Amino acid sequence: MEDGTAVTDVAAAPQRAAAAHGVAIACRGITKRFPGVVANDCVDFEAAVGEVHALLGENGAGKSTLSNIFTGLYHPDEGELELYGRPVVFQSPRDALDAGICMVHQHFRLVEPFTVAENVVLGDHRGVGRSFLVHPRAIERRVAELGRRYGLAVDPRARIWQLSVGEQQRVEILKALYREARILILDEPTAVLTPQEAADLFVTLRAMAAEGRTVIFISHKLHEVKAVADRVTVLRGGRSIATVSAGESTPRSLAALMVGRDVDVARRRQRASGVGEPLLEVEGACATGDRGLPALVDVTLAVRAGEILGVAGVAGNGQRELAEALTGMRPLTAGSVAVGGRRLRNGDPLDAIRAGVGHVPEDRLHTAVAPSLSIASNVVLKSYRGSHVTRGPLLLLRRIHDAAAQVIRHYDVKAPSPATPARQLSGGNLQKVVLGREFSGEPRVLVAASPTRGLDVGAIETVHRYLREAAERGVAILLISEDLDEVLALADRVAVMYEGHVVGEVDPGSATVEEIGLLMAGGQAA
Amino acid sequence: MRVRIERRLAQPRWLPVGVPAGSVAFAFAAIAIVLVATGHDPLHTYGTLFRSAFTDDGALSATFVSATPLAFTGLAAAAAFRMNLFNIGGEGQLYFGVVGATGAALALGGGSPGSLSIAAMCLAGAAAGAAWAALPGVLRAFLRTNEIITSLMLNYVAAKVIDYLVFGSHSYWRDTTSPSADVFPQGQAIPDAALWPFATIEGAAGGIALPLGFGIACLAASALWGLYRRTRFGFEVQVIADSPRAARYAGMRTRRTILAVMCLSGAIAGLGGAAQAGNFDHLLDPRSLEQQSYGYSGIVVAALARYNPFAVVPIAFLLGGLKNAGFALQGADFPNGLVGVMQGLFLFSVLGGELLVRYRVRLERRGRGRVEAAQAEPA
Repeated sequence: MEDGTAVTDVAAAPQRAAAAHGVAIACRGITKRFPGVVANDCVDFEAAVGEVHALLGENGAGKSTLSNIFTGLYHPDEGELELYGRPVVFQSPRDALDAGICMVHQHFRLVEPFTVAENVVLGDHRGVGRSFLVHPRAIERRVAELGRRYGLAVDPRARIWQLSVGEQQRVEILKALYREARILILDEPTAVLTPQEAADLFVTLRAMAAEGRTVIFISHKLHEVKAVADRVTVLRGGRSIATVSAGESTPRSLAALMVGRDVDVARRRQRASGVGEPLLEVEGACATGDRGLPALVDVTLAVRAGEILGVAGVAGNGQRELAEALTGMRPLTAGSVAVGGRRLRNGDPLDAIRAGVGHVPEDRLHTAVAPSLSIASNVVLKSYRGSHVTRGPLLLLRRIHDAAAQVIRHYDVKAPSPATPARQLSGGNLQKVVLGREFSGEPRVLVAASPTRGLDVGAIETVHRYLREAAERGVAILLISEDLDEVLALADRVAVMYEGHVVGEVDPGSATVEEIGLLMAGGQAA
Repeated sequence: MRVRIERRLAQPRWLPVGVPAGSVAFAFAAIAIVLVATGHDPLHTYGTLFRSAFTDDGALSATFVSATPLAFTGLAAAAAFRMNLFNIGGEGQLYFGVVGATGAALALGGGSPGSLSIAAMCLAGAAAGAAWAALPGVLRAFLRTNEIITSLMLNYVAAKVIDYLVFGSHSYWRDTTSPSADVFPQGQAIPDAALWPFATIEGAAGGIALPLGFGIACLAASALWGLYRRTRFGFEVQVIADSPRAARYAGMRTRRTILAVMCLSGAIAGLGGAAQAGNFDHLLDPRSLEQQSYGYSGIVVAALARYNPFAVVPIAFLLGGLKNAGFALQGADFPNGLVGVMQGLFLFSVLGGELLVRYRVRLERRGRGRVEAAQAEPA
């Protein structure tokens, strides 16, 4: 059968290559400049055939730029790229695809209403992808077969929107396998997975490497890199700092390479001496998600003054909806939210703001700020009604400017001036502006959703410090995060969400990652 | 060589001025080719154009007549478009402004003092325009109906309404007294006391008559600028325009603001209707209003001004001049169609040039592939 032979060919090709050359992809002296920044500064990199090679670095270290150069999206200003020992110049992403380089992006490139098989064949310009008539059965058979071989179970006829995030990621990997990728680049693939799903992914990646493919694994999580990679190349500030063997390095030595200094990995928070009265009380809250399906089911929680309640869970299990429901952005279909004993008006963000609920939303750039407006405008985004920046209906622009300058100074925001548009700030600086605004409103309750997502190690430390300080001042904090280490390091109690339910509450002092992982995967609920 | 169009990462300072200037120069060059091809002398034509728009006796006065309604409809469009609310209904809202203003003037009659009549006309015109704009506003705010479609369709309804008022009924607005009116129906003229004055500037080009309406348009432009830059309401408009999610997050009453902005936009168009009635038409004239289509031209004015209220007024003035010059150029050897071609090329160049404000064109030697992401951000 035609399909069968094709599969053997895929497996055979990289092995032959492995015999001929040890190096799959190499670059020397890659430099890529963008206006105002050098994203890659003379980067050297080399990944061998049959290797899982991790690319480790903080945000802004140049990992994404380098992978965009490998996939033909960017053209380097200087430097050379070699594939299996031969120099190559990619004119476009298509050339890179033809050369067998595929990338699994952090945000999946999938067409939601299409089936798995349709997505797999989409954009493929060889064979079936090119023919006028599509033969869905043949593609589905092929996809199912690839799935079986690599442990990527997913129904080829399912539509993308019906799949969990983990399954969608499998589709992306299947896409690469279907295109006979010899080099697979994954950009922070575990960000959306449970610990168990991540472990399964690692098995798949190892199997692919064992066949003679090359896997480039981009991450900033140290233990993952240790778990899956053969070698690690560390990028810092656009430069390649070192390539080390994963087996011989420790998380601590990798962290030191990554940030250029020693850091404390996951320092535990001292439990606040005394917690006060319950400030945030949620009773039997139910809400529907964007698709109109139940996203929150009978959630009951209470957070006391001075306490940090962590909410853990795999992305998409109701955490976002919980944050929105608590802050009035999503109406409840049942139940209630009360702050300091007063019940909030349902679906009214202004009432929540007036009750003293601060909110650090998950979507920093489009919910937390108006991206094209200035830092100054964004600092008063919630307080522009207040008497200190207004006279009658008029805004006192001078005072708004001063308030913003104060936030910039106090929270150490790296920005040229309060007039700078918010979207020009880096993720970490933007988050400082958001936190500065929320804290300057002197909240009684703070709902923080993934407050450190996408930030670098330095900024994460700062955000964690602000959250701890706020808790010490007596703010009741609900911290929603997919990063278990973060939740365990900060929270006094941890509630785990699965499919809209709170399936359990654990003590971060005694719970293990495995226990929480089991709850996150619905183990207890089933 | 290959040509690439890329999003600009930074906008040089000269750009917002340089691009429109370059576009205009390009337009004149392109029009010159058409003129030569059709056997006209471009220099002579441009000379006539400029003289009849700005320097001939009475040319400036005539330009003000054309520019006044365009300034109002341009401001109306700019007010709504700034919040990404595409009110295409300036046309109908202007008709209703005329209906409201002439109605108020006729109701007050000849006995009332001029200033009172004028104030009443402004209020009634603005209120009528706002009320007509409230229809698509409510639909958009509360039922999420696309305001482009509804406001556009309501223009045709408004045209039918004013036709009915003058041609289809013996309404308040129809002239039922003069003998010719039975044969040729027309609107009832407003009393002399309600006519809007002109300020006359003596001197160049045989004196310039500056209509009161144009002055009100300038005031409206300043007021709109202040409203959007300096007030809490304007702040909400800015945030909603930039990110509706952020506005909801900040507890802003988005629906209320949508309705308010639609009504504001309609009120400005209605005020334009009042100025048209008070300064120039003096009666409800459906044929003329429908033929002029000030509302649609106002959208072009707003786009050229990049929704900046202060830029709307001079651009309305330029386009008004161009429109008048078009009438002056037409003749036996200069067909109407050619005027249309000139105006079309002009607008095409200027609007097309807008692309260059946000994107840049780069020529590359050899075929070096370079695909920059829409927002090239290193990370």
